[in-house]
Amino acid sequence: MTEADWQLISFSARMAVGSTLLILPLGVALAWLLARRNWPGKTLVETAVSLPLVLPPVVTGLVLLQLFGLHGPLGRWLHTQFGLEVVFTWKAVVLALGVMSLPLLVLAARTAIEQVNPALEQIARTLGAGEWRVLFTVTLPLARRGILAGVLLAFARALGEFGATIMVAGNIPGRTTTLPVAIYYAVQNGEDIHAWTLAGVSLAIAFLALWLGGKYLRNRR
Amino acid sequence: MKETRPSSPAPVPPAPLAALLRADFTKKFPGGPVIQAEALNLAGTGVTVLFGPSGSGKTTILRCLAGLEMPDAGEIFFGDQAWFAAGKVRVPPNQRRLGFVPQDYALFPHLTVAGNIAYGLHGRPGAEIRARVAELLGWLGLDGLGARRPAELSGGQQQRTALARAVASRPRLLLLDEPLTALDTPTRQRLRGELRRLLRQLAIPTIIVTHDRMEALALGDDLVVLAEGRIVQRGPVQEVFSRPASLTVAGIVAVETIQPGRVLELTGGLAIVQVGTVKLTAVANDLPAGSMDIFVCIRAEDVILSTDPELHSSPRNRLPATVRAIIAEGPLSRIELDCGFPLTAVLTKQACAEMGLTENTQVLALLKAPQIHLVPRGN
Repeated sequence: MTEADWQLISFSARMAVGSTLLILPLGVALAWLLARRNWPGKTLVETAVSLPLVLPPVVTGLVLLQLFGLHGPLGRWLHTQFGLEVVFTWKAVVLALGVMSLPLLVLAARTAIEQVNPALEQIARTLGAGEWRVLFTVTLPLARRGILAGVLLAFARALGEFGATIMVAGNIPGRTTTLPVAIYYAVQNGEDIHAWTLAGVSLAIAFLALWLGGKYLRNRR
Repeated sequence: MKETRPSSPAPVPPAPLAALLRADFTKKFPGGPVIQAEALNLAGTGVTVLFGPSGSGKTTILRCLAGLEMPDAGEIFFGDQAWFAAGKVRVPPNQRRLGFVPQDYALFPHLTVAGNIAYGLHGRPGAEIRARVAELLGWLGLDGLGARRPAELSGGQQQRTALARAVASRPRLLLLDEPLTALDTPTRQRLRGELRRLLRQLAIPTIIVTHDRMEALALGDDLVVLAEGRIVQRGPVQEVFSRPASLTVAGIVAVETIQPGRVLELTGGLAIVQVGTVKLTAVANDLPAGSMDIFVCIRAEDVILSTDPELHSSPRNRLPATVRAIIAEGPLSRIELDCGFPLTAVLTKQACAEMGLTENTQVLALLKAPQIHLVPRGN
């Protein structure tokens, strides 16, 4: 493998890890709000978060491109306020991966939180714990296996994301190209061996993540 | 609705100083009866039992006191602090400084026994927490179990862990929901006396919810009887049981004779008990070893009366008695007897007439040993 290949692998892994870490607090907060609270607009947010699961990824990418492009409402605001350019940069990669993998994390974490016996949270309150302490000492520890499973799913999704990434970040070698995109273009250019090498690397990373996660889930009660 | 901190001045008058807890509220769940906790007041450090059949609203009242449910109307005061006043004050459970033990104990499965007990001690110095946990483990006979998980404990150990967790931070009020119901029968009978002893030592004002009359008798100082969401009678536990104020209460408590007694001898599962001036033989399987002071409980329909002094019969206890009063209750007659202690029997009116019972008739009261229930009142 070439130096460029190693850079590509490192970039892809960092993007997947980064987007997963970025959506973790957001996803868990959303999961908790959906599992434990009733609020106006709950169904709307629930549906919006799950949309990337059912839409073709390229459609999600197209929507993101419209929103975050320099002429899109969010893109223009980010540019004028912070001087940020998102589309066709690594930030667009993180954005696409995050949006695509968020529903998997939220679904898994929500189910896990719903399965925590509310009586345990109530008892914690009678013992003087405020809502934050209840969340961090009772709800999340008891839901941690489901949340971790969601994190693994989200990471795997991020690692394999293609459609939304190519729409909003494109294929700029060394700057926005991720493993799946590189594999696609390798096949397009007839570099079959290169494609298979990168596919093997993808497989190895995914296998390692699932294996470590499974090991953790088995060892910790 | 806005939550109000306990320190903020409440626009409601303070409770009278005599009552530690003063509650007067209503709560309704869709499809259920209206639960009315009318003038539920507590003074001192005794144990008050909320007693009634399932569906009578006792757990709802307990949860409202704990702050886990908010009443629809009314108010709850603790000392001079308002815990709840409809539309004005809603003190959340974490600011009430109380201990709550739910029916299934709700131990934290991800924490050790020590971790469970220490949960309410959050924010105190580590040394103080360790000392308090060790003290409670010792006091409750849980030595050496601090590192276990709740799933590795027996039912009785779980119950004591839940009690330790609830009292660790020295709460101002202790609430127990059916504390022994989750246990198997032998354990329950053994722990009744033990729990009474622990509550005595704690000397924290305590409210216990139960539907078990033996549990109510064993644990309570005062009794509040609930039926269909309403308080139907209240008073010292022995008095309410032996003198139900209405047919409703009589139907719920259903133990007419309750007398203090003393165990003289325990052999082969049988106990010889001194009650008033007589000695009774009773089955002693409810008694923990070493119990001395007990309540003797006899249901009126278990008392057999005979006017034939020569009668040979199976019951262990044959007590010469004098009829003191005959009270008509529909088709039944309630016979108040003196047999060395006051004893109540119930007969059909017909049987009463056939035996020719009137005041001062001498009769023989027969009691089978298994029908005399002994409830420990150990200190």
